[in-house]
Amino acid sequence: MTPFTYSRAGETAEAVRMGGAAASAYLGGGTNLVDLMRETVARPERLVDVSGLSTSITDTDAGGLLIGAGVRNTTLAEHRAVRERFPLLSRAILAGASAQIRNMATVGGNLMQRTRCTYFYDADGSRCNKRVPGSGCDARDGFNRIHAVLGASDACVATHPSDMCVALAALDAVVHVEGSAGVRTLPLREFHRLPGDRPDVDTVLAPGDLIVAVEVPPLGFATNSTYRKVRDRASYAFALVSVAAALDMDGDRVRDVRIALGGVAHKPWRAARAEDALRGGPATEQAFRAAALMEFADAQPLRDNAFKPELATRTLVSVLGALAKGDAA
Amino acid sequence: MSLIVNGTSVAPPDDPRVSLLDHLREGLHLTGTKKGCNQGACGACTVLVDGERILSCLALAVQYDGRHITTVEGLAQDDALHPLQAAFIEHDGFQCGYCTPGQICSAIGMAAEVERGVPSHVTADLRADAALTREEIQERMSGNLCRCGAHNGIVAAIQATFVVEAQA
Ligand SMILES: Cc1cc2nc3c(=O)[nH]c(=O)nc-3n(C[C@H](O)[C@H](O)[C@H](O)COP(=O)(O)OP(=O)(O)OC[C@H]3O[C@@H](n4cnc5c(N)ncnc54)[C@H](O)[C@@H]3O)c2cc1C
Ligand code: SF4
Ligand code: FES
Ligand code: FES
Repeated sequence: MTPFTYSRAGETAEAVRMGGAAASAYLGGGTNLVDLMRETVARPERLVDVSGLSTSITDTDAGGLLIGAGVRNTTLAEHRAVRERFPLLSRAILAGASAQIRNMATVGGNLMQRTRCTYFYDADGSRCNKRVPGSGCDARDGFNRIHAVLGASDACVATHPSDMCVALAALDAVVHVEGSAGVRTLPLREFHRLPGDRPDVDTVLAPGDLIVAVEVPPLGFATNSTYRKVRDRASYAFALVSVAAALDMDGDRVRDVRIALGGVAHKPWRAARAEDALRGGPATEQAFRAAALMEFADAQPLRDNAFKPELATRTLVSVLGALAKGDAA
Repeated sequence: MSLIVNGTSVAPPDDPRVSLLDHLREGLHLTGTKKGCNQGACGACTVLVDGERILSCLALAVQYDGRHITTVEGLAQDDALHPLQAAFIEHDGFQCGYCTPGQICSAIGMAAEVERGVPSHVTADLRADAALTREEIQERMSGNLCRCGAHNGIVAAIQATFVVEAQA
């Protein structure tokens, strides 16, 4: 690790003031940043600990939830209102990492966690445009089993590793941000970027911007929702693919549906094409499969990950089938 | 600034780069807590902070100013082992023992989570409280790897300690 100073912010305005200084980084639970600093992938000179700020979960007037950025992942997953009204969010969090890591990790840090592409972590041995812009991408023609099939670029084929964010994308969550220019809100669907020719920039945040909260708007039919994650072992592994979905049935037809996919792109992938194809149509396995295939029509598989479109399709068909019957756990 | 480790107030490290794990082992010579991967992937470094299990390798010691940290050294009362420590011996919950301090701290944290009603990935009904079935224990303890494969004994020790206790 390169040397740094550590300070704990007592309130948001103070955090933003300290975070605005050059080479500063906010610190949540540290479960990603400490690792990145140890590997010298991240080399901040000033750490501003924001994990003690914004730690509450409150009901909004609209009937949704306002989740403080400092809320721990476990606290969010176990919250009564989340379990009852937004089960896909609880399930997504519980499918990620381990209990110890979820106890440490904050909501803000989860949004900002960086890719698990192994070349990105290998500061000494690999070329990576995300770590060193312009250096190349060793994943493109290397081991790319965990990499993206949608929305990637020549510069970078990494995926966003968060499970929680996939559920938040399905829920049309809104990120509340405070920076030197004041307070603003950003739709979560536009919060993470596709890599394009700037894979070093993961999100639309400006330097010094602090996430203060994530707002989940009301969605009545989210009570019929779930998150399913497919991985190399049954627990404590990142997603190969994952599906967050909520389904509103009208007899045997689809009245409304929300779908987001994890493990397939540089950002949590809202499956808008599939949703459009399904809305108002029959809730049959055929229709689910056709919609999924439509979503992956432009998929560009790499050497090791050509299984992903089919795996994600099957997972989506299975999840929607269970939700249509109302028995998705 | 101070950390409270097993009930004793101790100074944090001078250098903020020192992890809680290194501070415990090298600063305080509490070598019960183990370093496996040093990157969050094995659970050997698990300790309890205010009763919650965390990974000390991904924690900077300075982050835990004012918090109560319990390591495996802090579990026994004088000469009496913690019931879970005794159960690990009774049920062969280890071979080499390297993962054991982490397993034990983790399981104590897990029992408190279940008590509080925290669901897990395998909890079928998110609205109901989970029971400590074998499947639940396996999922909830998945953050602690055991290279020796002592898992059957580990699960048995946990069940004997916390399930029997809950039914009594
Ligand atoms: C072994 C292992 C397995 C894992 N498995 C999974 C998994 O299966 N699924 C999954 O989703 N995740 C997984 N994770 C990742 C984990 O979820 C993240 O590390 C965690 O959510 C990050 O949160 P944190 O609070 O610890 O962030 P930190 O490490 O503290 O920070 C991460 C980044 O966020 C920035 N940041 C923090 N707070 C704010 C804020 N309020 N505003 C702006 N920027 C901020 C920091 O500057 C830093 O860049 C795993 C991690 C490990 C180590
Ligand atoms: S996929 Fe992206 S993160 Fe991975 S090596 Fe290529 S540029 Fe780096
Ligand atoms: S040493 Fe901390 S998780 Fe492996
Ligand atoms: S007893 Fe050897 S690693 Fe678990």
